[in-house]
Amino acid sequence: MEFTYPRFTPDMKKTHKLLIPNMAPVQFRILAAAMEHEGYQVELLGNCGSQVAEQGLKYVHNDTCYPALLVIGQFLDALNSGKYDLDHTALIITQTGGGCRASNYIFLLRKALHKAGYGNIPVLSLNFSGLEKDSSLPMTVPFARMLLAAIYYGDLLVSLKAQTMPYEVHGGDAAAMQDKWLNVICDKVRAGKGYSDREMKAAMPKIAADFAAIPVRRTPKVKVGVVGEIYVKYSPLGNNDLEKFLATQDCEVNLPGLMGFVQYCAYNFSETARLYGGSFFEMHESAVILKFIAGMEKTIIKALRDNGYHAPLSFEELTKLPDGVIGMGDKMGEGWLLTAEMIELVRAGYENIICAQPFGCLPNHICGKGMINKIRELYPQSNITPIDYDPSATRVNQENRIKLMLAVARERLASPSTPAPESTEETPAEVGAQTANV
Amino acid sequence: MKVGLDVGSTTIKCVVMNDADQILYSTYERHYSHILEKSEELLRRMAKDYVPGGRALFSISGSAGMGMADSVGVPFVQEVFATRVAANKLIPGTDVIIELGGEDAKILFLTNGMEVRMNGSCAGGTGAFIDQMATLLKMSADEMDAAAQKACKTYTIASRCGVFAKSDVQPLINQGARAEDIAASIYQAVVNQTIAGLAQGRPIRGQVLYLGGPLTFSRVLRDSFDKTLGVQGLCPENSLLFVAMGAAFYSDTEFDLAEVADRLQKTGASMSYRSQPPLFASEEEYEAFKARHAKATVPRVPFGTDYSAPVHIGIDSGSTTVKMVVMDEDGRILFTDYRPNLGNPVPLIKLVLEQIYAAHPALHVASVTTTGYGEDLAKAAFHADYGVVETVAHFTAARHFLPDVDFIIDIGGQDMKCFKIEDGAISNIFLNEACSSGCGSFLQTFAQALGYDVKEFAKLGLFAERPVDLGSRCTVFMNSSVKQAQKDGATIENISAGLSISVVKNAIYKVIRASSPEELGRSIVVQGGTFYNEAVLRAFEKEMGVNVIRPDIAGLMGAYGAALYGKGKAEAGRTSTLLNRETLAAFTQETKSELCGRCGNNCQLTVNTFADGQTLISGNRCDRPVTGKADSGERNLYEYKRKLILGYKPVKGPRGKIGMPLCLNFWELYPFWYTFFTRLGFAVVHSPLSSRDLYLKGQGTIPSDTACFPAKLAHGHIQFLAGLGLDAIFYPCMTYNIDEGLGQNHYNCPVVAYYPEVLNGNCPELQSTKFIYDYVGIHRPKDFVGKMDGILAKYFSGISRKEVQEASDAAYAEYAQHMALIRAEGQRIIDSARAEGRRIIVLAGRPYHVDPEVNHGIDTLITRFGAAVITEDSISDRVEKFRTSVLNQWTYHSRLYAAAKYCTTQSDMDLVQLVSFGCGVDAITTDETREILQEGGKLYTQLKIDEITNLGAVRIRLRSLFAALDEQDEKRKNEEA
Repeated sequence: MEFTYPRFTPDMKKTHKLLIPNMAPVQFRILAAAMEHEGYQVELLGNCGSQVAEQGLKYVHNDTCYPALLVIGQFLDALNSGKYDLDHTALIITQTGGGCRASNYIFLLRKALHKAGYGNIPVLSLNFSGLEKDSSLPMTVPFARMLLAAIYYGDLLVSLKAQTMPYEVHGGDAAAMQDKWLNVICDKVRAGKGYSDREMKAAMPKIAADFAAIPVRRTPKVKVGVVGEIYVKYSPLGNNDLEKFLATQDCEVNLPGLMGFVQYCAYNFSETARLYGGSFFEMHESAVILKFIAGMEKTIIKALRDNGYHAPLSFEELTKLPDGVIGMGDKMGEGWLLTAEMIELVRAGYENIICAQPFGCLPNHICGKGMINKIRELYPQSNITPIDYDPSATRVNQENRIKLMLAVARERLASPSTPAPESTEETPAEVGAQTANV
Repeated sequence: MKVGLDVGSTTIKCVVMNDADQILYSTYERHYSHILEKSEELLRRMAKDYVPGGRALFSISGSAGMGMADSVGVPFVQEVFATRVAANKLIPGTDVIIELGGEDAKILFLTNGMEVRMNGSCAGGTGAFIDQMATLLKMSADEMDAAAQKACKTYTIASRCGVFAKSDVQPLINQGARAEDIAASIYQAVVNQTIAGLAQGRPIRGQVLYLGGPLTFSRVLRDSFDKTLGVQGLCPENSLLFVAMGAAFYSDTEFDLAEVADRLQKTGASMSYRSQPPLFASEEEYEAFKARHAKATVPRVPFGTDYSAPVHIGIDSGSTTVKMVVMDEDGRILFTDYRPNLGNPVPLIKLVLEQIYAAHPALHVASVTTTGYGEDLAKAAFHADYGVVETVAHFTAARHFLPDVDFIIDIGGQDMKCFKIEDGAISNIFLNEACSSGCGSFLQTFAQALGYDVKEFAKLGLFAERPVDLGSRCTVFMNSSVKQAQKDGATIENISAGLSISVVKNAIYKVIRASSPEELGRSIVVQGGTFYNEAVLRAFEKEMGVNVIRPDIAGLMGAYGAALYGKGKAEAGRTSTLLNRETLAAFTQETKSELCGRCGNNCQLTVNTFADGQTLISGNRCDRPVTGKADSGERNLYEYKRKLILGYKPVKGPRGKIGMPLCLNFWELYPFWYTFFTRLGFAVVHSPLSSRDLYLKGQGTIPSDTACFPAKLAHGHIQFLAGLGLDAIFYPCMTYNIDEGLGQNHYNCPVVAYYPEVLNGNCPELQSTKFIYDYVGIHRPKDFVGKMDGILAKYFSGISRKEVQEASDAAYAEYAQHMALIRAEGQRIIDSARAEGRRIIVLAGRPYHVDPEVNHGIDTLITRFGAAVITEDSISDRVEKFRTSVLNQWTYHSRLYAAAKYCTTQSDMDLVQLVSFGCGVDAITTDETREILQEGGKLYTQLKIDEITNLGAVRIRLRSLFAALDEQDEKRKNEEA
């Protein structure tokens, strides 16, 4: 079936407000500022609540993945709110263009808009795969650089807060610091500043140093890594406020950065050509983009390390990790990156991992749940639990599973010498003593 | 003193221990969802009678205890962790713990790397599941265990989720299988589920401990575990209390128990859960509603002793009830009967018929028509005149009621049926898929679980002020939503209303997938027993925003429609073939179960033999046990495709032996790879056709229990191949498929593309065999040779580039030839079907749906209805690339859209889509295919398949489709005339 839908024409930049679904709250705020600098009027959606999922369920096939239900539901809920001039509102959505269902979100969104009576609302696609030629966000090199910088600033702020907050002496210090810097960065970006190599090299260490100055008490805490399908991994709406929940459980949380996904997408382009054949351009394009990003990557890693924080591996290092576990050709959804992130986390001491995905997520059958046994075999200390998210999966079930993972983690924290305890060798008295410490 | 409290999904457990860890007091009680009240009461009881001074070390555990513990500031211990603490202390040396609870199943590996496994959110509860099954068998849990001890055999019951199992059990009951055997099969299903879902390849060995209610109470369940695992498990003393004891051992903070009870009381008062508006705002609104529905009645006339005018009888033998209607020539009702079928409808029907005969000596029966799940059985047993598929029966009744009806929704005990009517014919049918069934009987089971009668339970909800919002998904999910709501303090009234609303939401958003009332039509008739429930009725009207007609015989519409159908068929003055008084009195039924053994399918047959020696065979996949003749398969392209694939026999190869799994994309690419490797000098063998046995052998290594069944089967194939002593197993990863020019891209779905990765990471048997699963692209033939040359060099020496080039050319040629053969045979089938005036069904799926274990014989079923079956790939090349409203990027699915498009140009061709449960891609393709077909004026039929083996629902769906098509044809003919 085919129906006509409106295109987002260049003149709409002036007349239309673009609504952005909220995936990674920190990174997306800076991205929104970058778009404002580019001349777009944008609003980052903050609406949540049960009606969001309800709208999604109403207008999207219920077996479609949860992120699609939420993103589309969030849009429809916003359009229903009466807050927007419907003749001058447009929507923007990302499109990865891979073999997973997510490439279809924009089509499902248009279908849903059509069904819900919003057929006049144009949808803009943010993609780097050449899809939707007549409706995609026009890209220039400076604008691309600004978006990349926005992501890195976001990743930095997320990482710093995550590594500070659990240990802070005065509750709220790290969050306040993140807020402060978020405002500063957004203002700069909006003014078209802060994204050059020089400016980033100046700003990032300053930010890290500011966080490092927050008074902390470093006691050993359970370290949890979160990987997964990109939307439920980052979005509090998608993962039932997972980060907040983990914070109440007295954990340090490591959410690998959003840039990894961008680099992964860029990398796959040439990897595909390498595996199956392709043009000279296809073979080498990835290297060009990755090199472009690598400069910024060095800056963020250095800023973190110099201030005593754990820094992620460089992307180049990351690409070496899946060897022997999963092939680099697995490029649907989060593909090999998800597996690589799990390995990186385990090796970096974040051996307790939540692998979050929408219920029935196809790529994660492979690169998530499918790889856990293998990783456990190679790294016996890993303590990975897959968690499914779904409109009706209850928080109590999810939290119960996470608590189980944490219970094991706490026990190991209390007796670090035995990463995989052999219970037969423990006497009952020892167990009692051990659990009493938990 | 130590106190541990374990709040589970259905029971609450508490222990008080002294400092020497001796149990001073313990209790195990059902809480009937009064979690807060019950906990409070227990705490007060202990503070008063068992804990001197009322202070003790205290902690809480259990799946329903988490939020509660938080809200009253008591430490919470994760229940699996608590179990482990208790087991280590009480039974040192335990290797594995299997604990089944009300809704959770857990396996704990204690030695050689501690690991805990809990059931996934889809797997359903085990204790609750057993309860539900026991209710279905009209037994208590104890009776079911006792019955199972007398079993002679077990049936295959889908073990994946409770709802599926239920749809396996119900037909067994209806077919008259022995309750003892069914009971034992249910326990075996629980065992399979636990092992497949939780052990995931890790062997269960050594000292095994059985804990939790079901394992404590059922000997058969323990024995089934012992037998399946080959161990001698132990169910220790206090097996119900391990979690509570673990919580007690773990406790390190002292509390005043009475004070905690006070806090619990306060929490109970502050309700916080997601709610929705009440069903009725006022008493007046309710009265008006009642008055409106009281008007929808069918005329009734007295059925006197001397009644002698012709009557028509309709018998609806449903999944859980038997309904009968006797009416006169004017459709007025003389007599009705509605009763639960108690597992076997036949004696009940006999009883009612006898009563009617006895009460009316001059009775003249003009026709008897049967319908419903037990249609065939009732028809054969009592020599009824006609049988009619239930959907048509319901439509007939609704139409009689409201001639311009344009939408009917029927919610029965286990199924939900909705049909849209356009131009006087059924234009679209929605049946609930195996996953969201439950409906009426779900409400009933829930009511019982909470300690209420279903009618009483539903009434409670009418005036609930803040109905719980339970979402609109599978009923198994609802269980845990209810649990959560209870924890948040929802009252029984609000839960009852919430459940009624969920049933409605399920129907509207899950089954019908409507987004607005206008879409459904304006003249709606609701029927089925569940709509007697005023809360459900009201919820439906509110959700849809329209007033609907609920006939006063809402629960009898099937039977009434059947009677009307019979009346329409029977010529005037006719007398029914129904058993007369004497033969009815002498009527007997004998049921036995046997394995067919006439072919490799080896179907489990249920044979009913009646007093006159007539037999009825059910459970058969083909007509061979009935007619003695095998199906030639000449009208079945699926059969032809199987023959083509199985026709590739290994030839001797000097370079060694290579095995390939006959699963997923190999169902299409085998000719390609067979030729490629044969040309290179390898002997190429494939794994056998999938079977239940093959699946079970591999199920232990499946890491993701929500992946589609075709993918899960791959584990069995690999397991088989690994045992052959091959030189290598070849199963490449393939991001891309062949580009057939039909879509914007030509991907494989993520599961087809990368499943070899999962096999490599999870099948230990692959460690002993070379597994070649490199990433290969056959979509670029030119690059293929060079890339493949490189890959082969990694594993074999001495294969020249030239050889690879030749093998590759041959492989591509063979593949083209293979596809050409399929298309040619498709054309032949189309031609011969047209010559014989048969319907042509495009049974559209993916290549691997040809696997009989995947499609469960649906292809043969369709040919048994007289139609011809072709495949989507045999006609997909007949249309030009066209625009779709979704991204058309998967090769297999592009064929589907193209086939649907082509169908719309052929008047005698209709499409039935096979969808594997868990296929995420099909969430997108089904809507698109439906729209393509509807735009072209075609009916859309979707059959969802999983490891489930019962074809009952599929049969109804197909018969409804054929009935609707016949009606359309008839109409067209009349219009032309």
